[in-house]
Amino acid sequence: MHSALLAIDVFFVIEKLVLIIAIVSISLGIAMYETYFERKIAAWIQDRRGPNRAGPFGILQPLADGLKLFMKEEIIPNTSNRFLFILGPCLAMLAAMMTSAVIPWGGKINVFGREMNLQIADINIGILYVFGVVSMGVYGIMIGGWASNNKFSLMAALRGASQVISYELPMGLSLIALLMLTGSLKMSEIVGQQIDSWYNVLYQPLGFFIFLVCAFAECNRTPFDLPEAENELNFGYHQEYSSMKLGFYLFAEYINMFISSVVMATLFWGGYDIPFVNDASLAGWGNWLAALQGLALFIKVAIFIFLFMWVRWTIPRFRYDQLMNLGWKGLIPLSLINMIVTAAIVLLKSNGWKF
Amino acid sequence: MQALTNRAKPVSRKPMTLVEKLYMWNIAKGMMITLRHLFKKKATISYPEQKRPFSPVFRGLHILNRDEEGRERCTACGLCALACPAEAITMEAAERLPGEENQYREEKYAAKYEINMLRCIFCGLCEEACPKDAVYLSETFAPSNYQRKGFIYGKEDLLIPNPKENPGEYWKAVGNRKANKEQSN
Repeated sequence: MHSALLAIDVFFVIEKLVLIIAIVSISLGIAMYETYFERKIAAWIQDRRGPNRAGPFGILQPLADGLKLFMKEEIIPNTSNRFLFILGPCLAMLAAMMTSAVIPWGGKINVFGREMNLQIADINIGILYVFGVVSMGVYGIMIGGWASNNKFSLMAALRGASQVISYELPMGLSLIALLMLTGSLKMSEIVGQQIDSWYNVLYQPLGFFIFLVCAFAECNRTPFDLPEAENELNFGYHQEYSSMKLGFYLFAEYINMFISSVVMATLFWGGYDIPFVNDASLAGWGNWLAALQGLALFIKVAIFIFLFMWVRWTIPRFRYDQLMNLGWKGLIPLSLINMIVTAAIVLLKSNGWKF
Repeated sequence: MQALTNRAKPVSRKPMTLVEKLYMWNIAKGMMITLRHLFKKKATISYPEQKRPFSPVFRGLHILNRDEEGRERCTACGLCALACPAEAITMEAAERLPGEENQYREEKYAAKYEINMLRCIFCGLCEEACPKDAVYLSETFAPSNYQRKGFIYGKEDLLIPNPKENPGEYWKAVGNRKANKEQSN
């Protein structure tokens, strides 16, 4: 017993704990300010000014919104399944937060003489883990919609489930093409390869595009926000929810947006690589280099988040049959072609063809 | 069916071309439009800090005027109440007692003068009807209130500050509209 305890590297546990707390709080903070920027960008696109009353430029608005949600009465409908009703938002939040575990947030840093990796878990099946957890996110929607015992919520949950399943296929297929190029599922290795050569988006532009569209669908963002269609389904799967349980659902959506932006940046846009700069030549900078790399990743992520919002306030929602048509008849064949062409090129290259 | 005007355009029923079917080009066009709007100058003004100027003919809250010596001009003749199409004005007259000459200009004055701002349509007919130049419409509007009774403005709300005791407040209350009007007269 004692020897087993001693075998655990205490510093390792502390290091990972600190990292987990830091990443979770950064994700939450970013999700908070995503709500603010969403409202601001929506306003600007619609020629309005947006929230500007709470604090300078309205930057305290997310706090006010959160406080308001906390103050609301917590209602659990009589006819609902209480356990599942509470489990729904918890699962949505959990799945949203868990994905951040395998993302490399920057290079190595040196803390008190210890080399520390800015990645919670550098597992060798990183992408598979992301996919597994992201698919779990739909359980939050399904369970919430089901437990509400409301036909609109149930309908929204069904829509959400079928949408996520339909769009996970082309997403996976576009990733297979990427994985054939990288030859690794490990996130840190994918980033490492991109630091050494070109970004994957140059090899896989179509794959990236399909991945982007599918990411929009997975996050339930417009134009794919059918589970939350206000005009047809009242409010969608979270109609019966109030107070912070509703807040969890809304928050999970924003965290999902952040995480999928990070995944896209990591897989296709070089992760924490600083663009146009040879990172290896800056190795003498030590921890500052890691900070700059983290900043580079966050700038890439911010651009993606802006894209999410920009698209949301430009494109109207798809009809359900259009959604399914696009998914099954448009994106899946496209990603299959992408996959086959990539496979052929990889095969030819490995047999000594020169390009 | 015969077209009523020559402006009608036939709807194009052509099948969509490949570029149109992909939607990407149109989505890109739409995104450029929203991007342009992102940087456009906003028409909104930040209201309480920044106010739009009223037009010279703006008619706002009523003011009961005083003359240069600070005496109330109103003589409670009731012409304003009579002219009012919304029947928003009520008043009660009283006779000026000896010794009150510095308060009321005429021998009769309004002991009670009420305007219901919820009924008032701010047409300005009371101002036109007043023979004593006692009531006029200013350049403010009725602030919001939680109760209906808060919108019934009595004499204490309507009466202008005394020009002798408080000239600064008086001229502020007179406002541009009244000053402009007197200039043109």
